[in-house]
Amino acid sequence: MRFLLREIYYIVLDFLQGMGASCLFLFRLLRYTPTALLRWRIVWQQIYSVGAMSLVLIMVSGLFVGMVMALESYHVLVKFAATAALGTGVALSILRELGPVVTALLFAGRAGTALTSEIGLMRATEQLAGMEMMAVDPVRRIVVPRFIAGAVSVPLLTMIFCAIAILGGYYVGVDLMGVDQGAFWSQMRVNVDLVDDILKSVVIKSIVFGSAISLIAVYEGYYSLPTAEGVSRATTRTVVNSSLAVLALDYLLTALLFHGA
Amino acid sequence: MRQTRTIEISTGFFIILGFVSLLFLATQTTNIQAYSGNGGYTVTASFTNVGGLKVRAPVTMAGVHVGQVTAIRLDPRTFSAIVSMQISQRYNQIPDDSSASILTSGLLGEQYIGLTPGGSETFLKNGSRIQLTQSAIILENLIGQFLFHKASSGSK
Repeated sequence: MRFLLREIYYIVLDFLQGMGASCLFLFRLLRYTPTALLRWRIVWQQIYSVGAMSLVLIMVSGLFVGMVMALESYHVLVKFAATAALGTGVALSILRELGPVVTALLFAGRAGTALTSEIGLMRATEQLAGMEMMAVDPVRRIVVPRFIAGAVSVPLLTMIFCAIAILGGYYVGVDLMGVDQGAFWSQMRVNVDLVDDILKSVVIKSIVFGSAISLIAVYEGYYSLPTAEGVSRATTRTVVNSSLAVLALDYLLTALLFHGA
Repeated sequence: MRQTRTIEISTGFFIILGFVSLLFLATQTTNIQAYSGNGGYTVTASFTNVGGLKVRAPVTMAGVHVGQVTAIRLDPRTFSAIVSMQISQRYNQIPDDSSASILTSGLLGEQYIGLTPGGSETFLKNGSRIQLTQSAIILENLIGQFLFHKASSGSK
């Protein structure tokens, strides 16, 4: 019993320490962000490896998510003879929840792990120490561009995901299931609100998710133990922590942004 | 050098694709028209009951979208609802004795305002008031009237 209490005590302490340390790390990253943006070529290259390389994964997933949403909604709506609302249903569920969350989870698996293991291996092979010897700050040269690239890529990927998902839903709903094309788009346009569903939901959520995942990924990589096992553990923690962070932040943001609506 | 160029072009393509998607989502899937409609004139109409009419609901004439509802408020003296609607400047030749009615698109659809043209030679302009109106049909009242009618005819 005593042993168990002590374990819980240490878990809580570890959690608090992780939160505090990653917040301090975030301030450090934000302080160097303006100077890193001036050296845009490094950031640009990171956006390529983090964002552009995830493009195919995001597009294929978006297509299938949209198609399955249309199929499922169709089978429910056809019972109430309300298949004209298919466009609204697909668009709202994708824009409000599925788009930002699924993109963020896929991004954590595809790019977050790559960031962590790359920085962790640099730490393990003493490349970061070598940079410090040459008076180059590894946080400014290595970590900040990767953080910016992740935070910029996730919103872009989310837009692409949502657009492809809605087109996928359109294909299944209109071409395969025979929903009326005019009703699909016009009902969607009446019910999807520019401010509430695009700006508040897709844009704000994806910016927050992207920053959170990138912060967790670079933090875990930078502070990983410089061994093979340490890097593998850090990579696992990146996926677990950023998935949990995305789901928790999703609830918080939905509650904050839509408490009136 | 060649590889750097490929990377930079791909990144540029990725970023452009992201913004094109945002543009597609904003213009094709949302009610963006409702936010950009500032060129027009405002007319009001009073209804005894607006039912489920909402701000930004469409105003149509012969089924064509001509404007939108901008405000709904209660007249404190007559206790009727005053609906302000903005009509696009393109349709500035609507007779001022036209009537407005609150209609529903489909069985479960959104409520909107339908204008029926009158025969007057003068036209609606900014600040005019539509005199002839027909309120929303409230399903409960309709059923109530039907049952009442049935009961009274059955007792004879």
